[in-house]
Amino acid sequence: MQNHSLSMIGNFINKSPGARWGSTPVAALGVGFLVVIPFALSDYQIFQMTLIVANSIALLGLNMLTGYNGQISLGHGAFYAAGAYTTAILMDKFGIPYWLTIPVSGAVSYGLGLAFGYPALRLEGLYLALVTFAMGICVPQVLKYKHFEAWTGGVQGITLMKPDAPFGLPLSPDHWLFVFTLAIMVSLFVAAKNLLSGHTGKALVAIRDNPIAASAMGIDTPRYKTTTFGISAMYTGIAGSLCSLAIQFVAPDSFQALSIGFLVGIVVGGLASISGAIYGSIFIQFVPHLAENISKAAPSAIFGLLLIAFVYTLPYGIAGSIKKLQWQYQVRRSAAKGP
Amino acid sequence: MDEFIHQVFSGLATGGVYASLALALVMIYQATHHINFAQGEMAMTSCYLCWALIDAGLPYWVAFLITLVVSFALGVGIQRFVIQPVEKAPILSVVIVFIGVLVIMNSVVGWIFGYTIKSFPSPFPEQPLFGNRYLSSHELGVIAVTFMVVGGLFAFLRFTPLGLAMRAAATNPVSSHLVGIRVNSMLALGWGLAAAIGGIAGMMIAPIVFLDPNMMVGVLLYASAAALLGGIDNPFGAVLGGFILGILENVIGAFIIGTELKLTVALGIMVITLLVKPSGLLGKPVVTRV
Amino acid sequence: MRHSLTVSQNRFVRSALTTVLACSAFCLTACSKPKETKYDPGVTDTEIKIGQTMPYSGPASAYGTIGRSQAAYFKRLNEAGGINGRKINFISVDDAYSPPKAVEQVRKLVEEDQVLLVFQPLGTPSNTAIQKYLNTKKVPQLFVSTGATKWGDPTNYPWTIGFNPSYQLEAKTYAEHLLKKHPSSKCAVLYQNDDFGKDYLKGLKDTLGAKASMIVKEVSYEVTDATIDSQMATLQASGADVFFNIATPKFAAQAIRKAFDSGWKPVQYLSNVSASIGAVIAPAGMDKSVGVITTAYLKDPTDKQWDNDPAMKEYLAFLGKYYPEAKPIDGANLYGYVAAQTLEQVLRQCGDDLTRANVMKQAASLKDFAPGLLQPGIKINTSPSDFYLFDTLTLAKFNGTTYEPLAD
Repeated sequence: MQNHSLSMIGNFINKSPGARWGSTPVAALGVGFLVVIPFALSDYQIFQMTLIVANSIALLGLNMLTGYNGQISLGHGAFYAAGAYTTAILMDKFGIPYWLTIPVSGAVSYGLGLAFGYPALRLEGLYLALVTFAMGICVPQVLKYKHFEAWTGGVQGITLMKPDAPFGLPLSPDHWLFVFTLAIMVSLFVAAKNLLSGHTGKALVAIRDNPIAASAMGIDTPRYKTTTFGISAMYTGIAGSLCSLAIQFVAPDSFQALSIGFLVGIVVGGLASISGAIYGSIFIQFVPHLAENISKAAPSAIFGLLLIAFVYTLPYGIAGSIKKLQWQYQVRRSAAKGP
Repeated sequence: MDEFIHQVFSGLATGGVYASLALALVMIYQATHHINFAQGEMAMTSCYLCWALIDAGLPYWVAFLITLVVSFALGVGIQRFVIQPVEKAPILSVVIVFIGVLVIMNSVVGWIFGYTIKSFPSPFPEQPLFGNRYLSSHELGVIAVTFMVVGGLFAFLRFTPLGLAMRAAATNPVSSHLVGIRVNSMLALGWGLAAAIGGIAGMMIAPIVFLDPNMMVGVLLYASAAALLGGIDNPFGAVLGGFILGILENVIGAFIIGTELKLTVALGIMVITLLVKPSGLLGKPVVTRV
Repeated sequence: MRHSLTVSQNRFVRSALTTVLACSAFCLTACSKPKETKYDPGVTDTEIKIGQTMPYSGPASAYGTIGRSQAAYFKRLNEAGGINGRKINFISVDDAYSPPKAVEQVRKLVEEDQVLLVFQPLGTPSNTAIQKYLNTKKVPQLFVSTGATKWGDPTNYPWTIGFNPSYQLEAKTYAEHLLKKHPSSKCAVLYQNDDFGKDYLKGLKDTLGAKASMIVKEVSYEVTDATIDSQMATLQASGADVFFNIATPKFAAQAIRKAFDSGWKPVQYLSNVSASIGAVIAPAGMDKSVGVITTAYLKDPTDKQWDNDPAMKEYLAFLGKYYPEAKPIDGANLYGYVAAQTLEQVLRQCGDDLTRANVMKQAASLKDFAPGLLQPGIKINTSPSDFYLFDTLTLAKFNGTTYEPLAD
């Protein structure tokens, strides 16, 4: 019953199997724009953009799991923290260069995601949501645990150094980090797009909409579900690593309401949508500032109101609404043309 | 040994706290098949309302009854004006709306009443019963009230036509509509009752933990764990889950792992239960037609 | 039947829309013009820009009132003409008690808003996150609003100075008293499982030194715990006769009440973050808190002994006029007021030399500064090698109605 609405969104994305290259020149244009624009921006603005780009990777990860595959996770902050701390510990305790920590943190988060994916097979919908929620809340406590303190730095956290541009390029550390993050984001998004447009994506959506029919048709449901969990965790972990490099600090307190923030991001951005990850990231970066500007006395209340207003006006998120408008436009034009 | 008994008893007391809120969660789930993340904040708001009434001079039981009525109305109001408009939206959008409500309530109450803690009166006598050192009269009272509420809730859902109608509306709204059940009214009724039960929970909890805008945040997590542990569709299960969770958490925290990982312990209990018995200890396994 | 757009053109248009929207959003962030640089960032002949991060939302939003009371203070100050003819432009923003958000906001304050200094950023995690950045940029991290001991480190972090008496100093005060009065007792410690609690615990153990084994049981709690009954049961069972209550108000009150109700009557030392009579002692029970020992450096607005104190009366009048929504019972407002007074003193000492270096120099040259709301005998003193504003604390004991100084 609750997956009915998710499947309606699924209909939007599965409309046109062919011609997936039509969007590539446009995407390339967008990326080109992003490569050029930092030269006109201040370091702080580049830093903000880095955060948006990194968080969009996390949102894409969560969207893969929840939007496309229907497994609700309210605890992705745990994977984000895993990635962030992997990078921090490797750089701080072992002196490993920052770029090498990214694949390691991806692998670590992937492993964690798989490890969680197996028990998650037995949990459905609401139960999975609550268990992942509890998992997200446990993370600060585990990080503070005294027996891990030698590694994690306990409550004091770990401070990192922002890397300088390599090969003596005339870029500020902020700018270089943005380029680095953007490169990783583009490759991860392209990979996700290929994965989700192909038969894997269809299998995931099939599992979401009707798991029994899917397995009856021969789709190896457990394998797909656990792998998706792993990949989703990997994306989020890499995002955590990139953000920790940007912020230059990790501490148990950095991850409190993160999981809920991610959920807000994918719902607002648009479930089961790749571009939705970008919209969602922009939303969670700027709307709290907006709420604060509106009211100093109770900024959370304003944020809550904005959230509710958003869900009322755009229940399918920004990407979903764009697609719906697109679809309606298409229908109207074909109806106007007549038979 | 004495310490062990002490831990078990304070586990019972804490368990009573979890159980009373877990009941509200079960109620809302039975009525709507949603878990309402804002349930804790609604209970907290009801409690502040009661506090304001008592502060204005009203006697405890009068304030209590007025609060129950107002909480009921608040629940119905939220269902009508906040939840109903997004009924057709994806379930995750509804979750976001719950979060919005939660955040608004917490923020507004803090703004109006401030963040310093307030003591909340208890209707039970000051002196511990039988002079025992382990449980105060209030803590015993919480347990007693919880059992009364769970009994009443169970009887209502199982034995009255209205309770049946509510459960039907939640399980299969389309068919219920066809047989003449006013589904929207059932949902509103469910929300109202859940809000009232939450209000009772809040007013039972506040004398123990002190009234402040964040008092329910921790409790909500443990209450959801308790409800899951005991079976989200069974009020007795939720209560049992609450007590078991309270005792286990205390005993494991005091003697085995230490207090630094209590949340993880709660999570572990949840996961193990759900892996071994997915519908919870007393829940009925859900069977779906293929 | 002809469709006006082919399927692939459709996808093109859709992607284009997406990209345009995304790029416009990026543009909106990019198109705000950067500010021009001045010689003293944040200072002109008529204005001094002060930045602050404060948790106005999130788990610590209760402390947001500190920022608001300070905004009210600067408003009153500006109405009286400002400092040396310059008005204070106080830019206080929300960091939701989250270190990443704090970093982001502080970067904005320094790089976009070009503030002269960051005043009273709150919370140890947030301050740890911004400390390196501010020191690298040579921006004063002035009067950090937490008691963590590490803010008093001029050698490594010359641009950071704390405000609150350090937790370790407070713990030292208690431990020294303990060693003098109850040298052979058994101690139980309840502490919050975060930097605040752990810093205290370290201070206790360091001062007790060889006698740290006096601590027979130490138990932590999390802010997400509903009650601390279990922890109290463990502590009581340890047979200790001294109890260190290192907790924030809600849990401290629970602990005081639980100890009394369970018939446990240890010598109790209470952390001064929870010493307020109105906010902690009264809810716990005035009669249940008799004998509790704490240190106080600020006057308690709920303590009747200051009802006729001129400084207290002036403060309450200020609240009524400039921050009427404030709850006078909340000691955080008074704390914010005193911190703002200290900043005013530093800025006045700077005169017309409002460079960041001079701000730090003046902050490190406070001599016997004693605003009226400090407890009698407490003074603020700093020097280039001593970045702790408060060097000693006095002990006080609750007698059922008020705190009286503890005879030595």
